[in-house]
Amino acid sequence: MSTKKNWPLWEVFIRSKAGLSHRHAGSLHAADDEMALEMARDVYTRRNEGVSIWVVESKSIKASDPEDKEALFEPASDKIYRHPTFYDLPDEVKHM
Amino acid sequence: MAEKDLEKIFQDKIDNEVKIEPKDWMPDAYRKTLIRQISQHAHSEVVGMLPEANWITRAPSLKRKVALLAKVQDEAGHGLYLYSATETLGIERDETIEDLHSGKAKYSSIFNYPTLTWADIGAIGWLVDGAAIMNQVPLCRCSYGPYSRAMIRVCKEESFHQRQGFSIMLAMANGTAEQKRMAQDAINRWWWPSLMMFGPNDSESAHSAQSMAWKIKRFSNDELRQRFLDMTVPQCHLLGCEVPDPDLKWNEETGHYEMGPIDWDEFWNVVKGNGKCNRQRLRDRNAAYDNGAWVREAAMAYAEKKQQRKEATQAA
Repeated sequence: MSTKKNWPLWEVFIRSKAGLSHRHAGSLHAADDEMALEMARDVYTRRNEGVSIWVVESKSIKASDPEDKEALFEPASDKIYRHPTFYDLPDEVKHM
Repeated sequence: MAEKDLEKIFQDKIDNEVKIEPKDWMPDAYRKTLIRQISQHAHSEVVGMLPEANWITRAPSLKRKVALLAKVQDEAGHGLYLYSATETLGIERDETIEDLHSGKAKYSSIFNYPTLTWADIGAIGWLVDGAAIMNQVPLCRCSYGPYSRAMIRVCKEESFHQRQGFSIMLAMANGTAEQKRMAQDAINRWWWPSLMMFGPNDSESAHSAQSMAWKIKRFSNDELRQRFLDMTVPQCHLLGCEVPDPDLKWNEETGHYEMGPIDWDEFWNVVKGNGKCNRQRLRDRNAAYDNGAWVREAAMAYAEKKQQRKEATQAA
């Protein structure tokens, strides 16, 4: 008999069609990665939502802390020169 | 940061329609309300499979059977999306399910009514899923991100449920005299319980005001019930069936239907566990879980064995 009480939690990522990246669809419990794939197919792709599935055990994901939001993302907010609209061009310049 | 400041940041986000995500700070009461509501919702999806499953093997045609199978499979899926959303709030799946099985947690009372004829499957899809959709569409904009995302998936899938139900009702209502009688009988039995699905009148509703401020709830019980009534009465007439409400009136001035009083004694009686099928539903859920225990254990043991074998091969 197994020592673990519960099946671990997995995060499911689905590529909806070739050319697009995999996107988080949800999570589910499964005994191992193969079972997680099979279950992800049944739970998240009953209506042709995907052409490819990734599963990763939830505990393997390292997430940023919401408390660090300012430290992480604020520095980007005042760097407007990283956007094309920062640069004024004469009207004669088209297609740039 | 002081709790008061955190609470202000939290409420500002909600007021500005910014979603709350699992790792964000949230008041305990918000977390508890969501755990209660989302898990009850999940339980309803799961227990909701039972009355319908009753007719899978007895569906009148292969077409109706595959549709019903797909619908019941969807309900299982909806339960899983919602259990996952509950888990993001920091409660283990097992604990949630244990609360259902012990009778501590509630599920929608509508599933404590029996499905006596095939017309009941039509009435459930049309009326019960119709009322559920009316409740669920505003939940797609709920302030809690994982719940809102789960509801968007659920609503996308649910509209087929209502259509397949109405299609069954149409076939019955236009069928033989006996089939038409069954359709009317199903409407008579499901009409009032469906209206009760929106919960107590606004004046009596315990959790409403706070849930509105937290944008878990967007419309009041009575508002949603009225919308459902206005939408459904003409559909019933289209079937050529009668609405089992002698007090039902069309109000020309307001442009709304007005219904007779709901029998709230019946509602509370079923909530308290005395409906026709409360005991049967819990017994069936418990049996399904207990009888599946060896499968869950065996799968886990097999997964561990595979893992050990892999590690041994890598070591060698």
